[in-house]
Amino acid sequence: MAIMSFIFVFFFFSSLQPILSLYEDQVGLMDWHQQYIGKVKQAVFHTHKTGRKRVVASTEQNIIATLDLRRGEIFWRHVLGPNDVVDGIDIALGKYVITLSSGGSILRAWNLPDGQMVWESSLHGPKHSKPLLLTRNLIIEKDNVLIVFSNGRLNAVSCIDGEVLWKKDFEEESLEVQQVIQPPGSGFIYVLGFAASSQFEMYKINAKNGELLKHESTAFSGRFTGEVSLVSSETVVALDSTGSILLTISFHNGKISSQQTPVSNLLEDSPGLAVIIHPSVTGIFAIKTDAATIFIRVIGEGKLEVVEKTNHETVVSDALSISEGQQAFALVQHAGSSIHLTVKPAHDWDSNLLKESIKMDQQRGFVHKVFINNYIRTDRSHGFRALIVMEDHSLLLLQQGAIVWSREDGLASIIDVTTSELPVEKAGVSVAKVELNLFEWLKGHVLKLKGTLMLATPEDIAAIQHMRLKSSEKSKMTRDHNGFRKLLIALTRAGKLFGLHTGDGRIVWSHLLQSLHKSESCRQPIVLNLYQWQVPHHHALDENPSVLVVGRCGPSSDALGVLSLVDSYTGKEFSSLSLVHSVAQVIPLPYTDSTEQRLHLLIDADKHAHLYPKTPEAIDSFQSEFSNVYWYSVDDDNGIIKGYALKTKCSSNVADEFCFDSRELWSIVLPSESEKIITTATRKLNEAVHTQAKLIADQDVMYKYISSNLLFVATVAPKASGEIGSVTPEESWLVVYLIDTVTGRVLHRMTHHGSQGPVQAVLSENWVVYHYFNLRAHRYEMSVIEIYDQSRADNKDVWKLVVGNHNLTSPVSSYSRAEVITKSQSYFFTHSLKAIAVTLTVKGITSKQLLIGTIGDQVLALDKRFLDPRRSVNPTQAEREEGIIPLTDSLPIIPQSYITHSLRVEGLQSIITVAAKLESTTLVFAHGLDLFFTHYAPSRTYDSLTEDFSYALLLITIVVLVAAIFVTWILSQRKELQDRWR
Amino acid sequence: MKWVEVIVSFILTLSFLSFPSCGFQSDELLVDDEEFGLEGAPQHRSPEPIPTRSPPVTSPTRKRHSDLDSDSKIQFSLDHAFGDSDFSPAGTFSARLKTWSHGGQNLLESDDFYRIRLPSNVLSPPGRDFIISSVKARCLPRESLDEHFVIHMEGVNVLAVNYGSPGSCPYPRNLKLPAKWSFSSHTVLKNSEQAPRAPVFTEEILGGENAEGEVVQPAERSFWAKYWMYLIPLGLIVMNAVTQAMNMPEEQATGQVPAQGQPSAGAVQRGPSSAVRRR
Repeated sequence: MAIMSFIFVFFFFSSLQPILSLYEDQVGLMDWHQQYIGKVKQAVFHTHKTGRKRVVASTEQNIIATLDLRRGEIFWRHVLGPNDVVDGIDIALGKYVITLSSGGSILRAWNLPDGQMVWESSLHGPKHSKPLLLTRNLIIEKDNVLIVFSNGRLNAVSCIDGEVLWKKDFEEESLEVQQVIQPPGSGFIYVLGFAASSQFEMYKINAKNGELLKHESTAFSGRFTGEVSLVSSETVVALDSTGSILLTISFHNGKISSQQTPVSNLLEDSPGLAVIIHPSVTGIFAIKTDAATIFIRVIGEGKLEVVEKTNHETVVSDALSISEGQQAFALVQHAGSSIHLTVKPAHDWDSNLLKESIKMDQQRGFVHKVFINNYIRTDRSHGFRALIVMEDHSLLLLQQGAIVWSREDGLASIIDVTTSELPVEKAGVSVAKVELNLFEWLKGHVLKLKGTLMLATPEDIAAIQHMRLKSSEKSKMTRDHNGFRKLLIALTRAGKLFGLHTGDGRIVWSHLLQSLHKSESCRQPIVLNLYQWQVPHHHALDENPSVLVVGRCGPSSDALGVLSLVDSYTGKEFSSLSLVHSVAQVIPLPYTDSTEQRLHLLIDADKHAHLYPKTPEAIDSFQSEFSNVYWYSVDDDNGIIKGYALKTKCSSNVADEFCFDSRELWSIVLPSESEKIITTATRKLNEAVHTQAKLIADQDVMYKYISSNLLFVATVAPKASGEIGSVTPEESWLVVYLIDTVTGRVLHRMTHHGSQGPVQAVLSENWVVYHYFNLRAHRYEMSVIEIYDQSRADNKDVWKLVVGNHNLTSPVSSYSRAEVITKSQSYFFTHSLKAIAVTLTVKGITSKQLLIGTIGDQVLALDKRFLDPRRSVNPTQAEREEGIIPLTDSLPIIPQSYITHSLRVEGLQSIITVAAKLESTTLVFAHGLDLFFTHYAPSRTYDSLTEDFSYALLLITIVVLVAAIFVTWILSQRKELQDRWR
Repeated sequence: MKWVEVIVSFILTLSFLSFPSCGFQSDELLVDDEEFGLEGAPQHRSPEPIPTRSPPVTSPTRKRHSDLDSDSKIQFSLDHAFGDSDFSPAGTFSARLKTWSHGGQNLLESDDFYRIRLPSNVLSPPGRDFIISSVKARCLPRESLDEHFVIHMEGVNVLAVNYGSPGSCPYPRNLKLPAKWSFSSHTVLKNSEQAPRAPVFTEEILGGENAEGEVVQPAERSFWAKYWMYLIPLGLIVMNAVTQAMNMPEEQATGQVPAQGQPSAGAVQRGPSSAVRRR
């Protein structure tokens, strides 16, 4: 019996084979996926009585999405790509979403329920112009028609199949069409615009066939700014280019009449330059000046009257017609920590249809846009709901004075990500509360056991799966033993910082950085990067880690910098600095002060170095390393790479002991006529390398050239920096460099003839892998360069090592002459890439895999062994044992090795790898429009039991074994006794 | 103060000729990626290629340069700077004549940077910008001041120069004054390497039947390597049998004949032994 159970256990353990990919029931166990749409540009409601209520939105990230109006979930979305900017959206026939994109040249119809494309028309015209989309219920011969003005041509397009029914060209050179109007119930269309910036043009066109009925024009003395506001079906208001005169133009019955009103007549104090905001509501328009927003009503023949002037930040929605001839619009104003939503009828400024005050999270900033929709309340009155877009790009639905749902769409535009450890579990906090009680635990394991032994009913399986997914273990707010639980700190383009939990992806905190807010001193703040400022190890219990956010005021590189320090646990900004210098480069130094704040060196545009934090202690510890600080700069435009070192204290600045002058140590000048820098790559600062030596097949040793100062630079011929296929193979080449950034030595230089970018590269340990296009082979290629140190190569003799006659322990200096050899090889690869990264583990023992962001927005893992330059057609037996794969011309794509399994990370931008404490595992975070996070073990989890390991089965096995031992012992005793009595 | 005149003439075809001057001569062919030392310079490394006066060897990668004027000798100026001082001319590269008379010792004492620069374009100096390179001053002194140039070129453009000592220069660098305050130079010119092409297997299969046929058969393994898994159990069985065979005669010699007369040797063995234990 013991043998039986032994065999059983043996078979049990031997059945624990490593697997390459996920099983279906493991999806969602370690990974999470979040979908976003980005900052909403335009929204259209679809609230018919039948069917689900939804809202269609187009965003600045060129996405068309429909959202559930009840919960804010995405029904469907389409990413149109970076060059296909959405110009306008609308709903036609109650079932199609119409989008006009690519500067008005592509018109598409999507089926509203499921997002299938119904038809697509391309609209071309004689010249480029502002695209305008107009959908009223215009019916020509029982056909619903869309009127589209684009590329200088007016098109009437059938809603059913996208066929162009008629078109009319406006070829006049300087005509800029501003408005296309179709007065309701009439059979003609007005096209209004300016010619030569000073002439108002009006065309009246038959809507049935595009025939020109009337053309009128009037010249004005001033010039127009462009924007016009339509205040009624036959009146427009425009501002002249000085922003001081308002023009009221009416074109009643085809006759143009106009009236000029200086803005100063309406306002006592001269407001400065004014702009018309939101061409919107019948009878009313708004102008915005620096200080205030002014609402002006048009009375009768060009008479203007100021109805309200507010100094608050005010946002106005488009007009919404709520019943026959009645229009309403919404105003949103800020007041302290709440916002006021007011809906007013267009004809009567003083009355309100709705006035609500909603408490709003300060961390969302100002309201940027508002869209309203009406519904009939249970008491038959009009109700309104508003969709608002906030400064942090989040999207909220307001109804009945409350926030129905909110979406954090700022996460669709992440700029930089870093991680932070979670708080250490303190002794006082009881873990038992979080854990299940013993009975639950046992029940869970019995269920798992049933699952393992295939005895479980479908309900049990569902219960097991639920238990695994909802495991409270992974979403706790404390540090875990394996280092899987961390905070991902993400900086978004809107200047908001998010703390995401790696366990389930929830937002732990979010903070809109006040220091990077638009203000008097900083008019155009731009966030740049995120660095780890303080990572406490010694004081981990009583000090919180913090991150440094670097920004600058303005788009140019010499704009003044802004620093902000944020607590990683709470998200509170505890300190901020407005710098007196610009920030061109930020160098985190490998030194910390006594509070474990990392020293940072900020290089400004004049190549001065500034040390932060500005404490005497920092400067003391920095002085001792003063001569060992080197940095480099890459000037892409001129093709010059330069290296610098610190010289002395700044001479110009008055008594600033934290400022240093720099001096140029080396420079590399690439010939501008033949090379243009397109990509650079460096090693990750925190990468650990386990071994310097690499044992190769014939018991030989090669020493890796491991330097943290290695820079990979790829250049292409300037002609070939465009799209693939724009040049012939003869005039395009790709040159790659490996450069030591301390001395500027070029360690390796190699030319790929007939190849061109875009180049994606990753540098790790002693190798670099890069991806480019080979024009001769018409395929993408990936190349690998491995670099080995020859100066240590003669340390192979064991006796030398024993006697100590070797140079392995001598310090490495960049100033020694580099004796390196490189090995390289190229392979074909099927996909084009969006991003490339490499797995990162805590000690660097686990073999490396490349993580490739494919064009299909998935992440593919590729073993580095496939990109080994030593692969040969027929590896010897010894080489095979070492793990060298026989040479093939292309790299395999194994479907099981997609780590995103069935999911897509739309608009994939970058892949970030973070080491867990468990050596076998790396944490992978991929972001673009979507976010995806998973644990990945390149060589399987060899150092831990799998998640679904059945402890109960192990226990039972042990019990059975012990019992079997006892039984056999008793049996043998008895037998022996019998023998003795014989 | 000692003067050494180094004459290095620098030809675009990468042929390298020099003229006798001031007591020593070096006339050498510059082979790509090979290093050469000038006469008089201490030889730090294992035998270098011996300079010979031979026609320039052009490899296919360098052919495109050879169509340029191969007879013209290009000279360019080499400037140097001590620490933060401005660049001063150190001589033209075809005839380098320089000394550390000013500031050399100070530089060594402070272990500051010794910087050099050369124009980025050989034909129309200085080109777009100067190529700068530098080294900590204490890396240079050995017997004399030893320096090592690797000049990376592309056509007439100098892309980069790796400048430093010919050997290692580990930290900490101790102050050591050279015996001779003169330079001995080693120069290497480098062009870009061709990247290996991705292997194309279809061609090989079409044209390379032979190559396929010549696949090296894995070396015949020894008998032991092949059959050890059979031999070990066999050996054990044999040993077992031998021990049993040795035991049997011994027991028979003791005179204890099995009572039941069982033919099995095992039973024969067990019977007496248990009897022995019982006693």
